[in-house]
Amino acid sequence: MTPVLSVEGLSKRFGGVTAVDDVSFSVNAGELLAMIGPNGAGKSTCFNLVGGQLKPDRGRVRLFDHDLVGLPPRRIWRLGVGRTFQITAVFQSMTVVENVQMALISGRRRIGALWPKASHLYVDEALELLSRVGMLDQADRACSVLAYGDLKRLELAVALANAPKLLLMDEPTAGMAPAERIELMRLTSSIVRERGISVLFTEHDMDVVFAHASRIIVLNRGRLVAAGVPAAVRADPSVQEIYLGSAGAPVPSGSPA
Amino acid sequence: MRLEVHKLCAFCGRAQILFDVSLKLERGEVVALLGRNGAGKSTTLKSIVGLVEQRSGRVVLDGRDITYAPTAQIARAGLGYVPEDRRIFTELTVAENLLVGRQPPRSGAPAWTEKSLFHLFPNLAELSDRPAGEISGGEQQMLTIARTLMGNPAALMLDEPSEGLAPLIVEQLGKAILTLKQQGLSILLSEQNLHLARAIGDRVSIIEKGRIRFEGTMAEFGSDQTISRTFLAV
Amino acid sequence: MAFVVIQFLNGLASAADLFLVSAGLSIIFGVTRIVNFAHGSFYMLGAYLAFTLVEGVFGPAFGFWPGIVAAAIAVAVLGGLLEVTLLRRIYQAPELFQLLATFGVVLIVQDLVLLVWGPEDRIGPRAPGLEGAVSLLGHQFPRYDLFLIALGPIVLGALFLLFRRTRWGILVRAATQDREMAAALGVNERWLFTSVFVLGAFLAGLGGAVQLPREAVHHTMDLEIIVEAFVVVVIGGLGSVTGAFLASIILAELNAFGIVIFPEVTLVLVFLVMAVVLVIRPTGLLGRPEFAIRAASGVAEPPITPQSEAARNWVFAGVLGLAVLPVVADAYVLSVATEIMIFVLFAISLQFLMGISGMVSFGHAASFGLGAYGAALMIKHAGAPMELAFLAGIGLAALGALVIGWFCVRLSGVYLAMLTLAFAQIAWSVAFQWYGVTGGDNGILGVWPAAWAASPIVFFYLTLAVTTLALVILRRIIFAPFGFGLRACRDSVLRAEAIGIDRRQVQWFGFAVAGAFAGVAGTLYAFLKGSVFPDVLAVPVSVDGLVMVLLGGIQRLNGPIVGALVYKLLQIVLASYTDYWRLVIGVIIIGLVVAFPQGIVGFFGTRLDTLLMQRRNNS
Repeated sequence: MTPVLSVEGLSKRFGGVTAVDDVSFSVNAGELLAMIGPNGAGKSTCFNLVGGQLKPDRGRVRLFDHDLVGLPPRRIWRLGVGRTFQITAVFQSMTVVENVQMALISGRRRIGALWPKASHLYVDEALELLSRVGMLDQADRACSVLAYGDLKRLELAVALANAPKLLLMDEPTAGMAPAERIELMRLTSSIVRERGISVLFTEHDMDVVFAHASRIIVLNRGRLVAAGVPAAVRADPSVQEIYLGSAGAPVPSGSPA
Repeated sequence: MRLEVHKLCAFCGRAQILFDVSLKLERGEVVALLGRNGAGKSTTLKSIVGLVEQRSGRVVLDGRDITYAPTAQIARAGLGYVPEDRRIFTELTVAENLLVGRQPPRSGAPAWTEKSLFHLFPNLAELSDRPAGEISGGEQQMLTIARTLMGNPAALMLDEPSEGLAPLIVEQLGKAILTLKQQGLSILLSEQNLHLARAIGDRVSIIEKGRIRFEGTMAEFGSDQTISRTFLAV
Repeated sequence: MAFVVIQFLNGLASAADLFLVSAGLSIIFGVTRIVNFAHGSFYMLGAYLAFTLVEGVFGPAFGFWPGIVAAAIAVAVLGGLLEVTLLRRIYQAPELFQLLATFGVVLIVQDLVLLVWGPEDRIGPRAPGLEGAVSLLGHQFPRYDLFLIALGPIVLGALFLLFRRTRWGILVRAATQDREMAAALGVNERWLFTSVFVLGAFLAGLGGAVQLPREAVHHTMDLEIIVEAFVVVVIGGLGSVTGAFLASIILAELNAFGIVIFPEVTLVLVFLVMAVVLVIRPTGLLGRPEFAIRAASGVAEPPITPQSEAARNWVFAGVLGLAVLPVVADAYVLSVATEIMIFVLFAISLQFLMGISGMVSFGHAASFGLGAYGAALMIKHAGAPMELAFLAGIGLAALGALVIGWFCVRLSGVYLAMLTLAFAQIAWSVAFQWYGVTGGDNGILGVWPAAWAASPIVFFYLTLAVTTLALVILRRIIFAPFGFGLRACRDSVLRAEAIGIDRRQVQWFGFAVAGAFAGVAGTLYAFLKGSVFPDVLAVPVSVDGLVMVLLGGIQRLNGPIVGALVYKLLQIVLASYTDYWRLVIGVIIIGLVVAFPQGIVGFFGTRLDTLLMQRRNNS
């Protein structure tokens, strides 16, 4: 079976620094793949390379049979890749439901229309998406008064608007209270399972990762250092090393010379 | 110099990053602030020096409330901050970077000169006239610490200084930090590298998801394996 | 060949003052992130002060050179005072309001200059020791120009040493790269900002002063130089002194050679160079990407919703009230009311561009003026009837906006705003210089409405109908998918691109729509006045629109209506009492920026919203 997303030999340098170094992985149909690693490991760069915000120096990114390298984010979205951001990005000047309608309008290529009232378009579909993420009762509220967790759920609804085959979620639970995190990820998992969507996500919260990831890949200093099912990654000594400090790093003994 | 942080909260937009973080740093001690990625270590340090706009709580430096003082004043009061991402002035030379950090000497803190810093970080001496953007990551890490020391701080906050450094460099760094400790500096060290933290820390605070989850001496921390397993391990 | 060399040297000589002004502008922006529109005012003050000091105070005995230096120092002191008294209060304010406040300073200085020195041109003396000309390749070349040619590189060298060899210079470079980190190292920002501002003002003052023997000092030189300086920093890159140096030379040489070949070509050349640079390097030759500041702030704001029943009724009542106005008003009042309605329409189109689409324009007069000229040219050269001329005006404005917009949507924030101003100024120059077609500053006369619309009452009703219709259409667009798309791009480019919106295309058409509606206003204005002069394209028209929109509150749908009404009335009333209305308006603008950073309607509107919400919650 062809993977939904396949990444081969992805590399990106900034000035003299290699941010992503020959990374290959794939996301299979229906799986939630978590990308973890310390700060500066290259997770964000990797994400932006897949999402089209950055262009790789080398390597291939394919969604099914489509080559994504060099495409702008909007084309990648049209091919079926939805995205949520680490710091939520919503349209502040629109209500909750209008945010979803905006995505639907764009998806149906009706953005050039000058006369119809946008708020009357695709109302049912927008409300259905909101209801799926549990935001129906907040449909007409301003985004500026939403709780942070609700903003994240709105982003999820927006990302689902174009019936994506793959979701890219950059730290979906960052900045949330622990209870909210669990709830959001539970919601995400159930939606993607029921719709057969695959997910690639980065995450710092290991509880979230181990509870929801089908597989995990670990990045360190731009390189892929481990990959596998959660139990295997957790047991991997090299991963332990990255997270708990390198045993190989000799430090001065307790008392100063 | 004594640093007290009381119920610090910090926000990024409407996302809350820190929840009532309290810390104490006594004169001449090294406190290791440990936590996983994204736990809130960097935000804690940034909030203390006033680089996070939305914050609440209280930060007291030697009895003086500096919670809402301008960042430059906090630095001049003797609290040095070494950022995680180094933030070297890449277009300035190594020597110029040091010059930016220079402040008059203060009583109760070691007075640094360019020369004494080159003694502490020997690699930097020969790079003095090189653009800082061209030196290696490890050298930049030394430079960012040296630059802050030029302000003759009485307390120092280091944000993940070992990040991305080769083991040999981490060793040099550890030695340098120990030297500073011996000279009476109070040091708040945010780290993920447990070995470095163990080697130089007196006390430990563990932060997880924006909350302090453990406080204790290094001995207490070391004796209880479950603590590091629970809050730090994968 | 000799001619080419001489012309090249001419170019170098006129690059000097341009470089001084642009370098100051760039340095100030690098550290404080404020685009100082008053920089041209510093330049003008430098010239006038030098004139006074050299002619009067120091006298011929004391000499020319001390006078020049003293003038530059005096301007530096003024700059320092301005920074301490005004700018310090508004460093935290939204970027637009900072720009507006420095605009206020421009207006004040313009009138102060008129008050002190009068409207006539002032001719300065020759520089002692540098009078006359030298023979160069068989041509006579002014000695003083040789001095100016040397001055540019000397100042560049001096700045280089200042920034490389002094601690202050190193701190400035550090703060330009990373202000936060500099602060975390104890660098005192307040002091640094003030000193940088003083240096920038000194350079501008010096630039004005050294022009004294070369060109007459006059009271419009502030805007002329600032527009050129904007073009220079857009080409050279904000924050880069070397970039400013290169770009000043490029611009001055284009002018020097353009003028001898065919003056109109000059503008096209400038335009092309700017276009090529911006397409290849959106941040200028030596600019840094991080200076591309976003137009929209991250501040939470209420969603833009179709207006409430009450607001709609108010607007409806207003239209009704206007409809019965001819019953009671005389011809003068009617023409004032007609003019105000035209500016309401202009302000609404600008608000559509700034508030809805998030593209800040400092050159919206370009569209207004193109509308006016389009109609006038159609009548003058084709003898077309009013109706056809009206369409031609809108067409020309829309076409102009398409061209300008194509470049502008490649930029954002400050760069975009400066580029719009530069384009408007280019349009102004074309109208001003192209005598054969536009009549230059004699304008185009006889642009009268058709016979059926000639009476003031009918024209009043025509304007009322067109303005109301335009208002309805723009509202409709705002709440149509296209308007949503514009708002999406304004709110979050990241999210907009991530849901398949082609930002550039959407914003480009948004720019054109705003331009077309401003063109409608311009066309009406031409027929109201019966004539068109280059003034309709000039900076003050753009500023008027900007002040109206900001007064009304940039996010408020009815804000521009209130803003235009208040501002235009104020202007008309003040103009009838005093010749120095710019001074008063400048003071008012600054006062408003310091007091109400959200605009009037925004300020009271927010309070009203809170009140309404409380009442709703209580019931």
